[in-house]
Amino acid sequence: MNIKTLPQKVLLEGGKIYNPVSNKLEKGNLFIVNGKIASEDKSQTFDAQAIDCKGKIVTHGFCDIHVHFREPGREDKETLETGALAALAGGFTRVCVMPNTNPPLDTPESIRFIIEKGESVPVHIHPIGAITRQQAGKDITEMGLMKNEGAVAFSDDGLPVQDGSVMRRALEYGSMFDIPIINHAEDKCMREDGVMNEGPMSTRLGLSGNPTIAESSMVHRDLALGEMTGGRVHVPHVSTAQAADHIKEMKKTNNKVTAEVAPHHIYFNEAAIEHFDTNLKVAPPIRSEFDRKALIEAVKKGVFDCIATDHAPHTIEEKEASFDLAAFGMIGLESCFGAVNKVLVKENGLALSTLIQMLTINPRRIMGFESDLFQTGIQAEIVVLDPDEEWLFSKTNIHSRSKNSPFINETLIGRPVITISKNKIINNE
Amino acid sequence: MLTHKHLLGLENYPSKDIQAIIDTAFQFREVLDRPIKKVPSLQGVTIVNLFFENSTRTRISFELAQKRLSADTVNFSASSSSLKKGESFKDTAQNIEAMKIDAVVMRHPAPGAPLHLTQFIDAVVINAGDGTHEHPTQAILDMMSLQEKFGKLAGLKIAIVGDILHSRVALSNIHGLQSMGAEVTLCGPTNLIPSFVEDLGVTVNSNLDEVMEWADALNVLRIQRERMGSALLPSVREYRSLFGITEERLANHKKEIVIMHPGPMNRGVEIDSQVADGGQAIILDQVLNGVASRMAILYLLCGEKPEDGNA
Repeated sequence: MNIKTLPQKVLLEGGKIYNPVSNKLEKGNLFIVNGKIASEDKSQTFDAQAIDCKGKIVTHGFCDIHVHFREPGREDKETLETGALAALAGGFTRVCVMPNTNPPLDTPESIRFIIEKGESVPVHIHPIGAITRQQAGKDITEMGLMKNEGAVAFSDDGLPVQDGSVMRRALEYGSMFDIPIINHAEDKCMREDGVMNEGPMSTRLGLSGNPTIAESSMVHRDLALGEMTGGRVHVPHVSTAQAADHIKEMKKTNNKVTAEVAPHHIYFNEAAIEHFDTNLKVAPPIRSEFDRKALIEAVKKGVFDCIATDHAPHTIEEKEASFDLAAFGMIGLESCFGAVNKVLVKENGLALSTLIQMLTINPRRIMGFESDLFQTGIQAEIVVLDPDEEWLFSKTNIHSRSKNSPFINETLIGRPVITISKNKIINNE
Repeated sequence: MLTHKHLLGLENYPSKDIQAIIDTAFQFREVLDRPIKKVPSLQGVTIVNLFFENSTRTRISFELAQKRLSADTVNFSASSSSLKKGESFKDTAQNIEAMKIDAVVMRHPAPGAPLHLTQFIDAVVINAGDGTHEHPTQAILDMMSLQEKFGKLAGLKIAIVGDILHSRVALSNIHGLQSMGAEVTLCGPTNLIPSFVEDLGVTVNSNLDEVMEWADALNVLRIQRERMGSALLPSVREYRSLFGITEERLANHKKEIVIMHPGPMNRGVEIDSQVADGGQAIILDQVLNGVASRMAILYLLCGEKPEDGNA
C-alpha cells in the first residue's frame, strides 16, 4: 500500500462514475482540486495529474459504522492510526469506532479524545458513545453532552444491554437526540457460555453452543421497545434468519428501524469451524448454512440498510488460545468488499449498485453524515473499484496491527484499488 | 500399522485401525496375566503425560501402560487457570518438545486442544480427553470390553445412559461404535442430550425401560452431583427413579444386559451397588482392558511408523 498526499489537481479519467445518490452509472471523469470535488473544466484540467480508471468504477468512499480501533487502552491490537490504514486499504474513508475501549468511551471527555486524536489520521473517525457507564448495563451515560462532543450513536457493543428496562430508558432518553441506539443483541442468559453456533457442529466438536434464539429474542425485544418509545433502534451484525425476519416485519410499520449485516456472517457457515479455527470465533457466532442463506435473501429484499465489518483486532496470543478461551472477533476492513461482492453480487445476483449503496449512502444516512459526496466543494472521499478482479487475500493485504482474519487464503472477487480520503491518495495495486 | 500419526478422536477414524488396536490390545492382555508384566517394546521411547485437568484413573492407566512397555515417562500437570493465555500453552508445548520427546498424552479441558497441540509440536499426540469433545482411548477400551464379552461389535445394540451433554466418553463411543457397525441409542434427561445429536446417526430415547428392552449393553455415564438442584436436574432421587440402573429395573428385563461404566461411579445415583458389583457388570474388566488398550495404542503409534507419516 502506497499512501501519498493528493496532488493539487487530480483527474480520475476513463472510468465509470457511479453516483449512489442518483443511482446513475456513467462514463466520465472526476476532477479534484485541493482535495475537493471540482467541476470538470477544460481550462482547469489540462495540467491535472491524470489517473487512469479505465475498466474501473469510481464512487463514494465506503463508510463502516461498526469498527473497533481499541484506542484508548489496547494500542497493542490497534490504534486510530493503524485502523485508518486498514480502512483505506478496504476502500473506507469514514468509520464509527465502538466504545468498548479501556476506559470505555462513556464520558464527553473520552468522546473529545477520539475526535481530537482522529483529526490527524487519514480517515474520518466518529466515536460511538457507551449507552451505560462502564458498559455495565445499569446507569445511562451523559448522552446529550457526549453528542455535543461528537458522539454519533450509542452502544455498549460487545456487551448486550441485558436489562430490558435499562434499554427502554435509554431509548426513551436517546429519542431526545434523534441518534441511533445500537444494542449488541445476545441474551446473556440464553447464550450462557456458548462459543459457537448451537448446532450439529458444536455437538460434534464438544463446544458449548450459542442458540439462535439468544439473538432473535433480544432483537425482538429491542424492536418492540423501539416501537414503544419512539427511539431509534439500529440492529448490529444480524446473524440469524429469525432476527432478520423480525426486522423485516417491524420495518413495515416503523421507518426508524435500521440494521446491518457483517461480511463474515454471509460468507462463512459453522462448518468452517471444523478444525477449531479461532479466527472464526466471533460474537454473534458464525451460524448455519440455513441462516447464511437467509441473511443473503434478506439483503436482496432490503432488510439490511448497510454492510458493517465489526472489525475487531486481537493479538496473536489471544487467538492462539484454545477455542473456548480465545477472544471473540475478527478483523474485516481489508477483506470486506472482495468478500461481500463475491457472495452477494457474483454468487447471488445482487446489483452492484445496491451493494455500493449499502457501503456508502445508507450507512452515512443512518449516522446523519453528508451523503451526497459528488457535490462541488465537498472534500473528496472516493474509492476506485475493480469489481471483477479475483485475488487471493493474504497477510500482506492486512494493514491492521492485528492479523486475526479467517479470510486469509480465501479467493475474493472485487477490489478497492485507489482510495482518496482527507487529501491523501492510497494506491492498493 | 495405523493410518494416522496421532490419536485425536474417533470421528472419521478408520475402522480397520480401531480393529487393529483392539487385536493388539488382546495380545497385550496376555502380557498382563504373566508373572512379569513387562515387555521391552518401547525401550528408549520418551512419553510425556501432560495433564491440564485432574485425572486419576486415566492417568494411572496410561502410566502403567507406558511402564509395561518399558517407555521412559515424565508427568506434567498444570492447572488450566495458569494457561488461560494461548501463548503459554504454545510455550509449554514447545518447551517440552525442545527436550526431545517422542509422544505426548494430553488431557485438557478445552475441546480441540490436542489438535491445537499438533500444530506446535512434531511428537505423536494422544488425546486423553479434551473437554466435552472426545476421549478416544476410553471408547476403544469400551469396545474391546464389548468384543471380549460378545465376540464381535458389528450388530450390537449399545445404549449410552446419562449426561450426554457434558460427556466426552459419549461422543467417542458414538463415533467408534458406529464405525464398527454397532447401533447406538442415547438415553438421558432430554435437557442433557445435546441438540442436533441425531445428526450423528444415533437414536435418542429418554425412556430407560424401553431402551433396556432394546439394548445388548448399557454404558452408564457418571452424573455429576454438582448438577443436582440446578436448572438441569431437580434431585438425586428423581434422577435415580428415572435413569438409575437399579437391581429391580435390571430384574424386570429377561435378557442379560451387560452393564458398563467408565468410572468413577456414583453408587446409588446412576447405578446401584448391587448392579455395579453384580454378575452382569464388566466394569473391572474395562479397567484392565484400559491398560491393554493403551499399551496397544502407544505401541502402534510410537513403536511403528504411520502409513501417511502425518495426521
